[in-house]
Amino acid sequence: MSTIAIAPRQVAASRVAASRSVASALCDTADVAWRNLLTQLRTPQALVFATVQPVIFVLLFRYAFGGAIHVPGTNYVDFLMPGIFAQTVAFGAVGTAVGLSGDLRTGILVRFRTLPMARIAVLGGRTVADLARNLLVVAVMTGVGFAAGFRSPHGAGSVLAALGLVVAFGYALSWGFASLGLRVSDPEAAQAAAVPVVFLLVFTSAAFVPASAMPGWLQAFGTHQPVDALVNAERALILGGQAAHDVLISLAWSGGMLAVFVLLAARTYARMGRLRFAGVNRRSAGRVRELVQG
Amino acid sequence: MGDIAVEARSLRKAFGEVQALDGLSLAVPAGSVLGLLGPNGSGKTTTVSILATSLRPDSGRATVGGLDVVTEAAQVRRVIGLAGQFAAVDPNLTGRENLRLIGRLSRVGRGQARVRADELLDRFGLNAAADRLVRGYSGGMRRRLDVAAALLHRPAVLFLDEPTTGLDPESRFALWDSVRGLARSGTTVLLTTQYLEEADALADQVVIISAGRVADTGTPAELKARLGAVVFQLGFARREAAEAAHSALASAGYRPQSDGACIQVRSAAGSGELTGLLRALEGRAPDPVSVAVREPTLDDVFLSLTSGGEAA
Repeated sequence: MSTIAIAPRQVAASRVAASRSVASALCDTADVAWRNLLTQLRTPQALVFATVQPVIFVLLFRYAFGGAIHVPGTNYVDFLMPGIFAQTVAFGAVGTAVGLSGDLRTGILVRFRTLPMARIAVLGGRTVADLARNLLVVAVMTGVGFAAGFRSPHGAGSVLAALGLVVAFGYALSWGFASLGLRVSDPEAAQAAAVPVVFLLVFTSAAFVPASAMPGWLQAFGTHQPVDALVNAERALILGGQAAHDVLISLAWSGGMLAVFVLLAARTYARMGRLRFAGVNRRSAGRVRELVQG
Repeated sequence: MGDIAVEARSLRKAFGEVQALDGLSLAVPAGSVLGLLGPNGSGKTTTVSILATSLRPDSGRATVGGLDVVTEAAQVRRVIGLAGQFAAVDPNLTGRENLRLIGRLSRVGRGQARVRADELLDRFGLNAAADRLVRGYSGGMRRRLDVAAALLHRPAVLFLDEPTTGLDPESRFALWDSVRGLARSGTTVLLTTQYLEEADALADQVVIISAGRVADTGTPAELKARLGAVVFQLGFARREAAEAAHSALASAGYRPQSDGACIQVRSAAGSGELTGLLRALEGRAPDPVSVAVREPTLDDVFLSLTSGGEAA
C-alpha cells in the first residue's frame, strides 16, 4: 500500500473511515463503561468499601493522629486532605487491575476479544468507569473533610482545580494497573501485586508527613515520584504558594504516565497469549455442578 | 455448497514448554457441523481461540470465510460467533442487558441489538428470566444465554467450545436441539467436545485430536465402520485368566484389547464371530464369566487411537 500513490479521494475516504472508527471506538468505550458501572452498582459492597475506607482515613488522621502531628504554618486537616485525596485515587486505581483480572477470570474478556468492537474499548471502558467511581469517592471525601474542618483560604475554585489534578493522576495510574490486571487472572493476586506499589508511592511522598522529616536517601526517592508531585501541587493550590510550577510538574507526570501506560496496556491486550483457561474451567465446572445439584 | 468456511493449516502454538498445537490442520465445509474431539489438554480450546482471533498461532495459517484470522482479524470477527465455557456472559447484568450490550459491541446497531436480544431470548426459552441477573441463572440457562450471545450478529460461522460440559442431560439435549436448528439454517458450526456421544449426535464430520495433532478424521459412521461391525466384551473371573485369553486370541489372529479382567475384540464379521472367539479360547484359557456384544461407539475409536492401537 505505502508504495502506491494515494489519490486525494482515497485520502478523504480514509479520513471519513478513520473518524467513523474513532466515533465507534468511543461508542464501544461508553458501552463497556456503562456495563462496568452497572456491575459496580450491583455489587454495592465494593462501592461502599471504596467510599467508607477513605472516609475512615480522613476521620482517623484528623482526630486520632492529628493531635500528634504538627505541620508548621497550617491546620493539619488542610495539610492532610491533599494527601488523602492522592492516596484514595491511587488505591482506587488498584480497582482497574482487580476488575480486568476479574473479567479475565469469568471469561467475558475472551468474548470481547472475538467481537468486532474497538479493541481499546475494553481498557477504555474499564478506566472510564473507574474514573467515575473515583469522582464519586472524592466528592464524598470532600464533604466529610469539609465537615471535619477542611477549608481553603483560596476558595472552592482552588479545591476544584486540585481535585482535577487528583482524578487526572488516578486515571493515568489506572492505565498502569490495567496491564497488570491483564496478566493475572486472579483478582486477589492482582490486588496483592498492585497494593505494595501504591503503598510505596503514597508513604514515601509528603502525603501525610512533610518530606523534611524523612532521611535523605528516602527523600531522594520520595520527592521524585508522581504522588509527591501531585500532593505538592494540590497543597500549592489549596494552601497557597508557587502553584503554577508544581501544577505543571504534576500534569507532566500524569500526562507522561498516561501516554506510556496506554501504549503498554494496549500492547499487552493485543498480545495476550494464554488466557488462564484452566482456572476458568475448574471454577465454572464446579459452579455448574453446584447449580445442577441445586 | 462445497465451499470451505473454516480452514486451518499446520497450526502450531506453544505455551512455554508445552506444545499445545503441533501442526494441526482441518477444514470445515460451509453449512456443516464439525466436531473437534479430544481429551483435556489435547488443544481443542487453543484451536478455537486461534480460529476465533483471540490467540495468535506461532506458525501456520488459518482462514474463516477466506479471511486470515491474524491479518484480517477485524473482518473475521464480523462473521464469527464464539460461545463456550470460556467465553462468558456478565453475571451482574440481566440476560437482556447482556444480549443488548454484546449486540451493540457486535456492531448491529442500537435498535437492532434490542430487537435481536428479544428474538434470541424468546428462541432460547429465556423470556421469563430475561430481566433477572445472570448470577441467579442455572447452568443450563447460562449456557443458552451464552450461545444466544454468540448469535446476535447472525454469524455465518459459530464456534462452540465444550458447550455442554457440566450440564445435566436435559439442558444438554436442549442445547443439542439449538445446534441442530442452527445447522439447518445454514450456519457453519465448529464444536469441541470431550463427549463422543455429542460428536456422534451433532457432527457431520469428526476430527479427533490428541497432543495438538489430528489423530483421525471422518464421519461418525466412517469412524465406527473402521472398527468393524461389532465389539465383543469378554469378562473373566481373574486377571490371569484374561491374560491367557488375550494371548490365545492374539495367536488366533484377533486383535484383543485388555482392560483389567476384561477383553474387547472388534470384528468386521458381525456377531456370528462369537463362536470363532470361543473356539479360539477352548483349552487355552478359562471360560469367560460374561460375554456382551455391542455396536462400536466413538469411545472405541478414541481408545484405539490414543492407546496407540490400530483401527482394524
